[in-house]
Amino acid sequence: MTAIAENPETATRPRRRGIFPRPTKTTGVVSWLTTVDHKRIGIMYGVGALIFFVVGGLEALLIRAQLATPNGEVLSADAYNQIFTMHGLTMVFFVVMPLGAAFINYLLPLQIGARDVAFPRINAVSLWIWIVAGLFVYSSFLFEGAPNSSWVSYFPQALVGPDPAGNLAADAVAIQQSRTLFYSMGLQIAGVASLASAVNFIVTVLNMRAPGMTMMRMPVFTWMSFVVAFLLLFAMPIIGIALWQMMFQVRFAGPFFDPLNGGDPVLWEHMFWLFGHPEVYIMILPAFGIVSEILPVFSRKPLFGYSAIVFSGIAIGFLGWGVWAHHMFTAGLGPVADSAFGIATMLIAVPTGIKIFNWLGTMWGGQIRFTTPMLFAIGLVSMFTIGGLSGVTHSLVPHDTQQHDTYYVVAHFHYVLFGGALFGLFGGIYFWYPKVFGKLLNERIGKIHFWSMLVGFNLTFGPMHFLGLNGMPRRYYTYADGMGWNVWNAVVGLGALVIGVSFLIFVANIFLSRNNPPAGADPWDARSVEWLTSSPPPVHNFDQIPQISDNDELWYRKYASDDSGTPVRVAAGGADDENPGGPYGDKVSGKTAKELGIHMPDPSWFPLLLSLGLPIAAYGVFFEDRLTMTAFFAVGGILTFGSMLGWALEPSAEEHH
Amino acid sequence: MSTVDAADHAAADHGHTTNLGMSNEKLGMWTFIGSECLFFGAMIATYLLYLNRTNDGLTAFDVFDIPFTSASTFILLMSSLGMVLALDALQRRDMRAFQTWTLATALMGMVFLAGQMYEFAFFVEEGFKLETSPFSVSFFMLTGFHGVHVTVGVVMLVALWALSLRGGITADKHLETVELVGLYWHFVDIVWIVIFTVIYLIPVG
Repeated sequence: MTAIAENPETATRPRRRGIFPRPTKTTGVVSWLTTVDHKRIGIMYGVGALIFFVVGGLEALLIRAQLATPNGEVLSADAYNQIFTMHGLTMVFFVVMPLGAAFINYLLPLQIGARDVAFPRINAVSLWIWIVAGLFVYSSFLFEGAPNSSWVSYFPQALVGPDPAGNLAADAVAIQQSRTLFYSMGLQIAGVASLASAVNFIVTVLNMRAPGMTMMRMPVFTWMSFVVAFLLLFAMPIIGIALWQMMFQVRFAGPFFDPLNGGDPVLWEHMFWLFGHPEVYIMILPAFGIVSEILPVFSRKPLFGYSAIVFSGIAIGFLGWGVWAHHMFTAGLGPVADSAFGIATMLIAVPTGIKIFNWLGTMWGGQIRFTTPMLFAIGLVSMFTIGGLSGVTHSLVPHDTQQHDTYYVVAHFHYVLFGGALFGLFGGIYFWYPKVFGKLLNERIGKIHFWSMLVGFNLTFGPMHFLGLNGMPRRYYTYADGMGWNVWNAVVGLGALVIGVSFLIFVANIFLSRNNPPAGADPWDARSVEWLTSSPPPVHNFDQIPQISDNDELWYRKYASDDSGTPVRVAAGGADDENPGGPYGDKVSGKTAKELGIHMPDPSWFPLLLSLGLPIAAYGVFFEDRLTMTAFFAVGGILTFGSMLGWALEPSAEEHH
Repeated sequence: MSTVDAADHAAADHGHTTNLGMSNEKLGMWTFIGSECLFFGAMIATYLLYLNRTNDGLTAFDVFDIPFTSASTFILLMSSLGMVLALDALQRRDMRAFQTWTLATALMGMVFLAGQMYEFAFFVEEGFKLETSPFSVSFFMLTGFHGVHVTVGVVMLVALWALSLRGGITADKHLETVELVGLYWHFVDIVWIVIFTVIYLIPVG
């Protein structure tokens, strides 16, 4: 590019200096702390989420150890409440959501042929804010204990704790306050990260698609991420307000949810679920997108009903806002509200069913290769269908009234979120691992991982249906002998262990595959343009932005139809230098962005610094003493707003910009 | 310049060619404002829900001084005019007028905030506090969070003014920056029109 000409004005003026010299390192710890590259941010989201997955998984094992036998004594009632609450919070906010975000971060720019997201530094801010939010919530164990009112944190439990009759002494109230404040402020901080990501991804998709990449040529994963970004954009402010109200209620006695002073606990339920139900789709839609990418590749067929899949995803996004009160059928909203929300809930099964049948249609008559990613994708389709069917039973109000707050519900949402979202996300890990790290994972170990996870999963959550229908309530820390629940609880405990072992197999696979030979740019014979660039991709993603002329762009660069419609390879993969117009005509040269004259954003310290201000300010809320509280607010505020100012004025590391 | 080169350019730090023909920054601000509508919407809904839950404490009729708040509302709405004139001055490359109007806009915002602080202090003195009733806490939260938004806007305006004194704001480079601050500022004003109507102009009791 010759656009960068000497500007006489800037050439004579000395270069402006930032507060810090702008970091330029491309390797080492500092380069990761200051990176604004969407691919590195995606990797850090993924690694962070898997670390939290270990923590949340250990919490699950503790829960199952406590419940494996009647009158279990592994955990006290108080510890149990903290552990199951943290299990839920961790899995929702620090595992499934960020693991989805990891894929969106890494793949979305590659799939639309962009060099980065629209706001690379804001992207880094999202990552760091999410990390500090996780550390903030877990730091509660160092103080008065972790949140203990479950991830929904209904009032009045959130206010007075699980034992309102005996525990209203001043110190007990203070303990409960601290725990609920960790919930409120921790999720508040995490929400900022999600909101920033949402703005970033929406702008990226709308504004930064490669030439020819129309909206209806975007890969389905990108489409689903786009819908997720809108769900985040509108759901996060609602939970944000609810969490502020919770803070005012708990810390400053503003009676939002306190029925003794005129407040209404049902308001919290509405606000929470008006966020919480779209949140379900925020967690599952990225996995739907991943499956829609994997199934066509390993069925060797185009995705069946591309536009139906896209529009059903949009429909799920819209309908997701109209069904929140189906979580509240037992809250006493009355028959009219219950009927309306029951019908809306049944309706949402329609677009979901469309997706399922489209996936089946994609596999129908295909040349199926049962690779590990394919197995996980099929796992999602089958397990999510079971979870979806039990979901329909919740839309029937009388049915729901019976099974509410029993293990039947626990079974349902684990089939949806573990059997659905996590199976899809693991499939995605196996599918895109060669793109990210340049090496395939071991297929044999991967298959062992899949089958042990599938068996463990069904052993764990299948019997919960029976337990729930037999009346075993969720969230109880123990149960008496002779209720008829002993056998199934033992099976569930065994299943949980198998899931734990399956995760170890996955970790072993990563460890054992580190010396695998290079995978190449396109190891699966895939269809979308992220497979066009090298594995791993260079910082600038593509040497030349690809021109997109079709859905499944890469496929059409590799294959043409002969007279009978059978795909034929049009050019051999290796002949690029002689044949620049062939399928890999845009192959990556190995040159750096600078050598190619491509301008990439520089690394920066400010995203990390900015994020550190938020938990510091949040700790201020815990202090009764006005002076200490203000001091924390001031330090956190100066760090955050100072970073914003430094960010706004930060010069580029390059001479001209 | 071929289309491929144009796309290269668009994908770099500062987009010149984008799919929608609107810069990433402006599209981002509009997207964020869409989110802010839900933020204020959730608080307005709560306020309306708790309108009459006063716990036999002070009601809106007892505490609100509508003429006073109308005056500060007028000043806030006039600040939007100041913002428009500041942007217009920058477009005409009249830096002096730009500085004057930016500062004037910030000052009008500060007068509004001072009025709000006075109002809050007066209410608390009268016994209308956070813990009084669901009505009082909803009122404080809604108007208070609006005040926080105005404060952020004032900080941005003062920063623009201070930078422009040192020659850090130029019509060539920062027209859009000022436009974005303007978008935010107008949004905060428009939200206040809704809040003022809902809180002060709709009769309660």
